[in-house]
Amino acid sequence: MTITDQRGDAPGHAGLPRLMALMTGDEKHGPAATSTLDVLWVLYDRVLNVSPDRLDDPQRDRFLLSKGHGPMAYYAVLAAKGFLPEGWLPDFGTYDSPLGHHPDRTLVPGVEIGSGSLGHGLPIAVGTALGLRAQGLHGPRVWVLTGDAELDEGSNHEAIAFAGPAGLERLHTVVVDNASARHARPGGIAARFEAAGWSALTVDGRDHAALHRAFTAAHPGRPHVVVARVEPKSS
Amino acid sequence: MDTMRDRLAPVLSGLLDEDPRVAVVLAEIGADGFADALRRHPDRVINVGIREQLLVGAGAGLALTGMRPVLHTFASFLVERPFEQVKLDLGHQGVGAVLVSAAASFDWPAGGHTHMAPGDVALLDTLDGWTVHVPGHPDEAETLLRHAVAAGDDKVYVRLSVQSNAEARPVDGAHLTTVREGRRGVVVAVGPMLDAVLDATRGLDTAVLYAATVRPFDAAALRRAVRAAGADVVLVEPYLAGTSTAAVGEALHDVPHRVLGLGVGRRELRRYGTVDEHVAAHGLDAGSLRERITGFLGGAAGV
Repeated sequence: MTITDQRGDAPGHAGLPRLMALMTGDEKHGPAATSTLDVLWVLYDRVLNVSPDRLDDPQRDRFLLSKGHGPMAYYAVLAAKGFLPEGWLPDFGTYDSPLGHHPDRTLVPGVEIGSGSLGHGLPIAVGTALGLRAQGLHGPRVWVLTGDAELDEGSNHEAIAFAGPAGLERLHTVVVDNASARHARPGGIAARFEAAGWSALTVDGRDHAALHRAFTAAHPGRPHVVVARVEPKSS
Repeated sequence: MDTMRDRLAPVLSGLLDEDPRVAVVLAEIGADGFADALRRHPDRVINVGIREQLLVGAGAGLALTGMRPVLHTFASFLVERPFEQVKLDLGHQGVGAVLVSAAASFDWPAGGHTHMAPGDVALLDTLDGWTVHVPGHPDEAETLLRHAVAAGDDKVYVRLSVQSNAEARPVDGAHLTTVREGRRGVVVAVGPMLDAVLDATRGLDTAVLYAATVRPFDAAALRRAVRAAGADVVLVEPYLAGTSTAAVGEALHDVPHRVLGLGVGRRELRRYGTVDEHVAAHGLDAGSLRERITGFLGGAAGV
């Protein structure tokens, strides 16, 4: 794992709380603010084929943050990886800042979609995977991050039900499960994806090694979902 | 005569052959016509099933990868049902697509209110940057479909209908055209309303303009017509009455003017029947139009 504790220009995982504090004014962050932090870090540090100097490279992986609420962890990781200057963080949410409480792809380098209204990322990711396939771009992977409660939105189920039978092998979803869905059943998230023909793994969303194994598991011919379980939101 | 929609699959199939950027996305409706195109272009003819949020979302994803998506289903399921996807997945993401609707305001009256969308153009008017084509004849539909697909990454809506004028007019995808010169009032006929408007205004000294593209609205052409014929303007639109009155108001913002917006009424009729019966029920047949147009223009029309 590439963790450094130095507070340098490109801080590692240990530097993320400081970057988040530039937005929140507080070095201590509760589980809600950091539910996506480890998932995002492992993706950007060890999985995604992306970099700030290849923002328009057709061969890059596409990461779509569908759950746009609470994007401080996302901005912190993007800053840590050099996509946006650290100096943008303190003005988070202000009129002249490109960084809003929901991200806007037209304002922030490296942000592939604007999000905030729930249930839009997965259908867009399906189209992105279709578009890459139609252009013979078989290398890039498409990743979309949703929340467990976000899956309440029916639009996700249109996308899940289509992507399995369509064999969208380059499509990946990570569901950050903080047990916030209103009418959930144990194991229900993975079961719904599996019923639609997806490969599915459920792991500890704080365990970097487990996340990395799940993110890089083989899933020939099928889309892949990783359910990353973190502390319940209400605990 | 064939319908506008009969042209859709042949035209798009040809464009799929010619342009590798083009992708067609369907939600079951209309899929039969694309069977051959699907065999030739299995990755660029996509039927997502009866999933209209995915229809628009997937179209946006295709556009994000640089493709030119063309989405098709009935207007009620293309614009109204997934309206937030139209607003956010296309508009907010800053990408374009061509939306081609069928069934229009009441193309299938026996199907009832669930398959009627007289409010589609008014809804799109709440959004920025849409081009709206309302062809009045299958030949115009073909021209405007090609125009829409070729329009870079623009957001374009093409409204197909079984209602049609007897003859096609030259259309360029942008401008109003003068069909009849006149000195007393201006009637703007939109798409398939032209024949009824020409019947309704026969013998009147009113100018008749024809619009097969209503957004952006050709303000310059209306201002020219008003200079010659005076600023009494009647709009006759095949969708919700008054949809373009705001566009006329903007075009004539510095000219004292009067506007009458004719079109489909808001009130749900709860009737089945035929297209002609619905045209008459909304007062859009030539006789009713003549009565309402002359009533508005009064002696000015030179009746």
